[in-house]
Amino acid sequence: MSTTISKVEPKQNENMLHFIISELKPKGKIFSPFNIISFPIMIVGLVIIFLRFKNGIGSVTNLSQDVPWGLWIGFDVVTGVAFAGGAYVLVFMVNILNLKKYKPILRITVLNGFLAYLFYSAALLLDLGRPLNVINVVIGNNYGVSSVLFLVGWHFLLYMLALLIEFSPAVAEWLNARKLHRFLTAISMGAVIFGITLSVLHQSGIGALFLMAKDKIHPLWYNSYLPLLFVVSSIFAGISMVIFEGSISHRVFSNQLAPEDHHKHNSILTGLSKICALGMFVYLSLLILVFVHEQNAVYINSPMGYWFLVEVIGFVFLPMLLFFFAYRTHNTLLSRIAAIVTLLGIMLNRMNISIICYRWDAAERYIPSWQEFVVTLTIIFIEIWVLRWIVRRMPVLHRSPDWVGGGH
Amino acid sequence: MGATAVALSFGKQTAANNATVSETELNGILYDITRCKGCHGCEYDCADAHGFTDIDIPKNPPFRRTDEKHRTVVNHYETSQGKLPRKTQCMHCNQPACDAACLTQAMHKTPEGPVIWREDKCMGCRYCMISCPFDIPKFEYESTNPRIVKCDMCIDLINQGEIPACAYNCPEEALIYGKRSELIREARKRIHDEPEKYVDHIYGEHEAGGTSWLYLSPVPFDEIGFNTKIQNSSYPALTKGFISSIAPVDILLPAVLLGIYEATKTSANKEEEL
Repeated sequence: MSTTISKVEPKQNENMLHFIISELKPKGKIFSPFNIISFPIMIVGLVIIFLRFKNGIGSVTNLSQDVPWGLWIGFDVVTGVAFAGGAYVLVFMVNILNLKKYKPILRITVLNGFLAYLFYSAALLLDLGRPLNVINVVIGNNYGVSSVLFLVGWHFLLYMLALLIEFSPAVAEWLNARKLHRFLTAISMGAVIFGITLSVLHQSGIGALFLMAKDKIHPLWYNSYLPLLFVVSSIFAGISMVIFEGSISHRVFSNQLAPEDHHKHNSILTGLSKICALGMFVYLSLLILVFVHEQNAVYINSPMGYWFLVEVIGFVFLPMLLFFFAYRTHNTLLSRIAAIVTLLGIMLNRMNISIICYRWDAAERYIPSWQEFVVTLTIIFIEIWVLRWIVRRMPVLHRSPDWVGGGH
Repeated sequence: MGATAVALSFGKQTAANNATVSETELNGILYDITRCKGCHGCEYDCADAHGFTDIDIPKNPPFRRTDEKHRTVVNHYETSQGKLPRKTQCMHCNQPACDAACLTQAMHKTPEGPVIWREDKCMGCRYCMISCPFDIPKFEYESTNPRIVKCDMCIDLINQGEIPACAYNCPEEALIYGKRSELIREARKRIHDEPEKYVDHIYGEHEAGGTSWLYLSPVPFDEIGFNTKIQNSSYPALTKGFISSIAPVDILLPAVLLGIYEATKTSANKEEEL
């Protein structure tokens, strides 16, 4: 990989073009199991997306007047943003706290975060009835500044820009553009600081979106602390995603890694497990505080109450213990199991608030249509395809070229 | 921090807008259920006024809800005083949740009282539907260029100096249109004059921070399908704390982060240490 780059003379445009064309060709097996599974689903998904624009949202989704936000918002956006929280947490640890130990996984996390945001906003556009009017929010003729969604949207948009700047040195290294690299590295510190700020606000803002739905969300899930709970849970949700995704990409892209980075990975996992355990402890304490403060004990002895206990005990308390033991025993397998349980728990929590316990008393329950599932899978698969394309070409997991000072 | 700058620069203007929408200026409609015969006439008038032609109301209608083709419906409820009708439509809150939720100002509380939806601004995100405590905004799911449909209190007629179609045509004068403050006085007078005929409550006077539609009922409001769990403070107030904390966080957090960064910078040289 690095030899390919060093052969290229960036000053000659013709060579540059050749380089780009050669890089566009697929690297790796075409008929891998992942490709064979994902490709047909993506084709069906794209057809469904076409039908959605041809016949309207109602033709492919089970959304109703009672449940205006379904899987595309509840999972793709509300859950997906929490999963992408790892980027701002790791950036904070490496670039602000100077914990250099985590630097080897920083770029892949930032890239994951950026792609996640890019594709979630694409999913959001699919769900908008009049997507062209999204321009009203951007160009400023109709700013609804009292709207939580407006503020979330702007923080979301600016954060995508910040992530792009944070990742851009890797693109410059791939293109062997040294001057550009110096410039991009110089401005990335600003992106780091504002990126973290923007993240804290839009992570909490997604919780704040549901504040006005006071009478519609079951009282065990609705409370005025939703913004705080969302931002705290995004910390361990994001890190669990980093652990989960890291354990997969380290297997798939193991040829990209320097041997010493392989060794570092276990120590990184232990450190991340500790942060997750602590984050979940804080989150659990907050949940208990809210539970007592809102006098929610009256709701516990009911089906919804049991469901709440499943979420809190099975998917917060249990993975917290798992992370704690994983950290104490340096057990990386346990870390990975805990990360998966945590991710399921976050999915459960976000879907509970946005779908399952939203209008829990409605006569007709919303169950997503198969088309909604396929489109969601399609978006995830396209994202993975793009991620794979970038990781195989740019210095994301493998080390930066020699001309970059201090490694990446 | 574009959003903060915007929030700060627009802050004054928003405050000014709120000041103009003062309660005394708002128009509203008083609906006296004791006078309503449940003839469904207002449903036909509403459909006429908004260009819906294929309206069809079954003879013994089951419970119905407003939807993208029916901006208002009348349902009949079994109550402690026999069968009673009740008209449902947008309440036109004084401080509407849908207006506060809308990020493009498509949902808009006009100074005259009606809460209207503006086609050229809406991006179809349906956050108004999530936020509305009365579940009023409806969405045209089957359309490729869907609209949000809800009662607009016949804003076009009001702007021409006329009154909303349902109130104009009601044969029993169960619906009266006027200044909200005067309607509240009239409602109080009716309760005072005939206390045995009404429950001592004007639904909409305080619900959700006050609404332009006001209801008088002979039976407790929960018996005729009203949501009595509605809070008396406005729904946008629920997000006020969060929104006002955004600007300080946007300004202060970067400073704190920069401080931490500078404080930990000294160890930057010992990079390879684990």
